[in-house]
Amino acid sequence: MGAKTMFSHTMRIAWKDLTELFRNRLGLVLLIVMPLFMMVMVGFIYPSNGSSVSNLPVGLVNEDSGFANSTVPSQTFLTMLQGINTQNSMLTLSNVASVANIKDQVQKGSLEGGIVIPSNFSESVLTGQQGTIIIVTDESNPQISAEIQGVLHTVFDEMGTVIAQQKVQMLNQTVNATNSLPIVKPYDIQTEGVVSGNPSYFDFIAPGIMAMTVMMSVMTGLPVAISQEKEIGTMDGMMVAPINRLSIILGKTLGQTARGLIQGVIILVLAVGIFGVTIHGSILLVFALLLLGVFAFVGLGIVITSFTKDQETAQMLMMTLMFPMMFLSGVFFPIQQMPWYMQDISKFLPLTYASQALRKVMVLGAGIPAISTELIVLIVFGVVMTAIAVPVFRRMMTR
Amino acid sequence: MEAQSIIKVQNLTKMFSKFTAVDNISFDVKKGEIFGLLGPNGAGKSTTLRVLSTLARPTKGTASIGGFDIVKDDTEVRKLIGIVSEKMIMYNRLTAKENLWFFGSLFNIPKDVLTKRIDELLELVELTKWKNAQVGTFSTGMRQRINVVRALLNLPQVLFLDEPTLGLDPQSSVEIREFIKKLNRENGTTVVITTHMMVDADLLCDRIAIVDHGKIVALDTSVNLKKTISGADTTIIKLEISNLDSVLVESIRALKCADSVTQEDATHLKLLVHGNEAFDNIIDAVRSKNGKIASMENLQPTLEDVFLHMTGHQVRDAADQKMPAEMNRRFGQRPQMRGR
Repeated sequence: MGAKTMFSHTMRIAWKDLTELFRNRLGLVLLIVMPLFMMVMVGFIYPSNGSSVSNLPVGLVNEDSGFANSTVPSQTFLTMLQGINTQNSMLTLSNVASVANIKDQVQKGSLEGGIVIPSNFSESVLTGQQGTIIIVTDESNPQISAEIQGVLHTVFDEMGTVIAQQKVQMLNQTVNATNSLPIVKPYDIQTEGVVSGNPSYFDFIAPGIMAMTVMMSVMTGLPVAISQEKEIGTMDGMMVAPINRLSIILGKTLGQTARGLIQGVIILVLAVGIFGVTIHGSILLVFALLLLGVFAFVGLGIVITSFTKDQETAQMLMMTLMFPMMFLSGVFFPIQQMPWYMQDISKFLPLTYASQALRKVMVLGAGIPAISTELIVLIVFGVVMTAIAVPVFRRMMTR
Repeated sequence: MEAQSIIKVQNLTKMFSKFTAVDNISFDVKKGEIFGLLGPNGAGKSTTLRVLSTLARPTKGTASIGGFDIVKDDTEVRKLIGIVSEKMIMYNRLTAKENLWFFGSLFNIPKDVLTKRIDELLELVELTKWKNAQVGTFSTGMRQRINVVRALLNLPQVLFLDEPTLGLDPQSSVEIREFIKKLNRENGTTVVITTHMMVDADLLCDRIAIVDHGKIVALDTSVNLKKTISGADTTIIKLEISNLDSVLVESIRALKCADSVTQEDATHLKLLVHGNEAFDNIIDAVRSKNGKIASMENLQPTLEDVFLHMTGHQVRDAADQKMPAEMNRRFGQRPQMRGR
């Protein structure tokens, strides 16, 4: 059978699948809504940096009993704390009677943490020792606990700097407010990213979600589409036609790829239009990468197809495979955050490389040389999986 | 004069793991005949059909269609055959015309020929009016008609039909039967049909193979099959006893001359009996238990009786014995309980 007829059969099957897809109104809506949800959920739940946190309710306990009838140090501390907080309003401070009260209110949920000035605070400061401040955090919520610690450390650091500056000026009258700073804080640390502009978490997740959606549509869509046709019986209609078995799988793959790419474009449009993601690299390279990702996943999809006899099993198997893939391949969370054994697992997932390459191209504006490792891994994975898949599929078709 | 065989089946066996669905069967189908495979669900009819239509590979044995081996020359075989499966081979979201166009285009039929043929076929089953309607909106009868037509796109020499009247109302069944006959008469299409409906087999088929537990237990024309009963000294009696009870049934069943006893309703029994003294014996038995015979009728044998005579059980009995789960899974079928 000529390659031309096989190609024409492949196209007919792909076209048939797409016609069916476009006739399914609800399916079409979901095609847009699903990636939108994913972007919104993931993008807003994990904010890009700590600065967006504001007005955390924090309780304030002043147990300072004073030293030689003076509570000046703690009063100064409170004035400064309130002063700084008025500027950036990170915290909402409220006075609380005791540490026990803080714990009580944290349990109820009306407070996220607390600041405690111990009874010997003034004494320590006035006798030339370090003043201790205790931060009470809610460990059951590590994210917020870390957030509060971060915020308070910033606040206290600023306060400490101001006090130190005042002391330096007292010691040496020639030093004024401006040039006292380098003495107290000799280093000024500034962070500069390799990406121009101000990338947000969306810039991080958009490439990953794109890679994931397109590849999953092949890996999950293919087994589901094929087992569905087997189940309703239409597969027999194709099987009794004198066509090459491969054109069935190729046609189906092509249909699913087109579906995946449509979704990919939708994500791209949403990311750029609504979430303000900037694409720094070549858009052609982005699509080339998506297609390569599809190639890497087709074989896997076919193997799964061959092992599942009905749609239900196919779907369950997909879910089982999809979840670890989603979380282990660095789509939502950086791989570096994971424990070593998980990092090792992620090295075996093609999605890791696809999303990494896509991220490099989209966010960092990388060209082909910079992503050569990822390209090689994806190509090798694709070739190996296809080599396994074709004989497996042929056997399935002639049971 | 013997017509030449278009299908030759030799020692065909199909096993699913350890379950033997088709057990070493051999038969020939002559060119231009309507050949029926009759038997209960799970007898192996559909599996035989799937193997012959290249959808499943035989475990052992060979078969050929039009001289082409179903395994080695499967592509050639596929060009010669059409198949109407028990399940609809139609995409609900495509229109009638799109469906036919899709399946037709897989057969390498030139565009203009295919367009013309689709129009003709739609006209043939009176669906021209609905050609641009999605198949999902069709009634069951319409769907089955378009489903049959789909199998004719490549003008097959052999048409396989798997339970074509299943789930159809009597009128649609008649339509489908008429259509198959017409096709066979006018185009000379050889038809192989599986059914568990005695009526289908009786009205349609030139020859019938009775299949049970994967084996062919009898193969002949309907008339000859019935003769195996009436020709031997077997008689079918319908007996009406106004005070019928289980004691009476048991006493009749215990008679040597009674081959089978079936209670049809509260007062009627159907008996397959043999021997010259069968009538006397039965009457004696009923009278001795104080049974009152209301009527006694000598029936013409039906295919059902033939099946009963050959296999020792009724078609519907066997249908109630579910297929092994293994087989359901392989076919992706739901276990079906089809009483008659």
